[in-house]
Amino acid sequence: MSQIMSQTLLQIRDLSIVYPGARANVAALCDLSLEVAAGECLGLVGESGSGKTALLLAILGLLPRSAQVRGSICYRGRELLGLEARQFNDIRGTRIAMVFQDSMSALNPYMRVIDQLSEVPRVHGGLSRRAAEQRALDMIEAVHIGEPRRRARQYPHELSGGMRQRVMIAMALIGEPDVVLADEPTTALDVTVQAQILSLLQEMRGRTGAALVLVTHDLGVVAQLADRVGVMRAGQLLEQARCAQLFSHPQHPYTQALLRAVPRMDAYP
Amino acid sequence: MGRWQRVRSHRGAVLAGGVLLLLALSSVIVPALSPYDYYTPQLQFISLPPTLHGAHLLGTDPLGRDLLIRVLWGIRISLLIGLAASCISVVVGVLWGAIAGYAGGAIDALMMRAVDVLYSVPFVPFVIVLTVLFGHQLWLMFVAIGAVSWLDIARIVRGETLSLKRREFIEAARVSGVRAARMIRTHIVPNLLGVVIIYATLTVPSVILFEAFMSFLGLGVRAPLASLGSLIADGASDMQAHPHLLLVPAVVLATIVYCFNFIGDGLRDALDPHERP
Repeated sequence: MSQIMSQTLLQIRDLSIVYPGARANVAALCDLSLEVAAGECLGLVGESGSGKTALLLAILGLLPRSAQVRGSICYRGRELLGLEARQFNDIRGTRIAMVFQDSMSALNPYMRVIDQLSEVPRVHGGLSRRAAEQRALDMIEAVHIGEPRRRARQYPHELSGGMRQRVMIAMALIGEPDVVLADEPTTALDVTVQAQILSLLQEMRGRTGAALVLVTHDLGVVAQLADRVGVMRAGQLLEQARCAQLFSHPQHPYTQALLRAVPRMDAYP
Repeated sequence: MGRWQRVRSHRGAVLAGGVLLLLALSSVIVPALSPYDYYTPQLQFISLPPTLHGAHLLGTDPLGRDLLIRVLWGIRISLLIGLAASCISVVVGVLWGAIAGYAGGAIDALMMRAVDVLYSVPFVPFVIVLTVLFGHQLWLMFVAIGAVSWLDIARIVRGETLSLKRREFIEAARVSGVRAARMIRTHIVPNLLGVVIIYATLTVPSVILFEAFMSFLGLGVRAPLASLGSLIADGASDMQAHPHLLLVPAVVLATIVYCFNFIGDGLRDALDPHERP
């Protein structure tokens, strides 16, 4: 186990992202350095605008063309920055995949669930339509969607929010990636469904052994899932620590403030 | 419910489709069975009024040709031009617009400037030049109308594609490693269908009307062949004495245009998965 844990999959060095603006340039990330080891769960917390999403987009090469990027993002020692779109497509989906926040807008409304899921194995694995659909069905079953055969033939709007998020997770995992980036995967859901989705993420992580980068502003989610936590603010990584340590001994004043800001059931009004 | 069932549950569309089918079928079958044709003048039967008892149900025109047969031939020509030109313009327009919009940058600029250039070509002189160069032929109408009617669709589709491109599911598909050609085919074009169908059903009647206009100018179908447009033009010149020569083709044309609008409505409801009854 420790041997697997020690292998670094993603290595980000001094990453800076600047969006050129009409009046002034906006820095989304400033000299951020970060590592993701195989199989671990890294939680990234921070307020809106702290650069969490920009970081994920940069890893997948989805930043707008106008963005100025410096630094380096290495996946298994291979530099991703400046990679051609064609080469990037070999990494997307099968090496690094992503779970989006809003499953309603992240699923094509005109495609049935099964077509959408089988797209990845058809594009990458070169599987036949039949084989890819079988793979998709297996995946729908694996994420515990009831009546998988019927659900597979339906369109996204016919599914509940929780089911759609399960589909998103299935879509991310169907290409058997080693790194899954999750951008606020539970924010759009209500609390009971959130808990189900979190336990599903946990279960799938155990089953596939993929590393999970969990971006969220919910400290409760991080406490449940993450091995390590990074706290971000204004494009910088303020603090990185093992999960338990961060909650018990926060080092940075901002982290301390963040922890104090969490509403508690037992607090006096 | 399948898509087809949803189309069928739209009564207006079914009725309109039935009317169009009836018109199209009778335009093929009736002239084949009738003793009359659309071109032979019968000078003893000039300008007969419509009648239920005589041989000519809708009367005859000033050259003694049976109006029913001429109108049915007109329906055939008008529908053919309307459908063919619309199909060409939808296919070309959607592909052109989707590729330009999805590719963006220099390719987009180049493709859309080509559209602008074609827009600025004065259309009627262009058709006259074509007629002079190639003679008076029906396929020229297809080429001429096809060459201009896809421009609007291309512009609309490009605009829609630009906004689709920013949607999250496109990003999600890119994350899955989907390449550009497949992206346009499976993610962009199906999401454009609603807009395209509404626009296409507007294109069919406008193409039919355009053909009528060209025929009125003498640039459309060549006499003695008739289209609804040329029949209306002929009828208009004689409308005081024989109003039925104008009314019959005009009513038929209006019916066809009306039916296409209804069908467009039904198709849009059926193809949009959100608006299920």
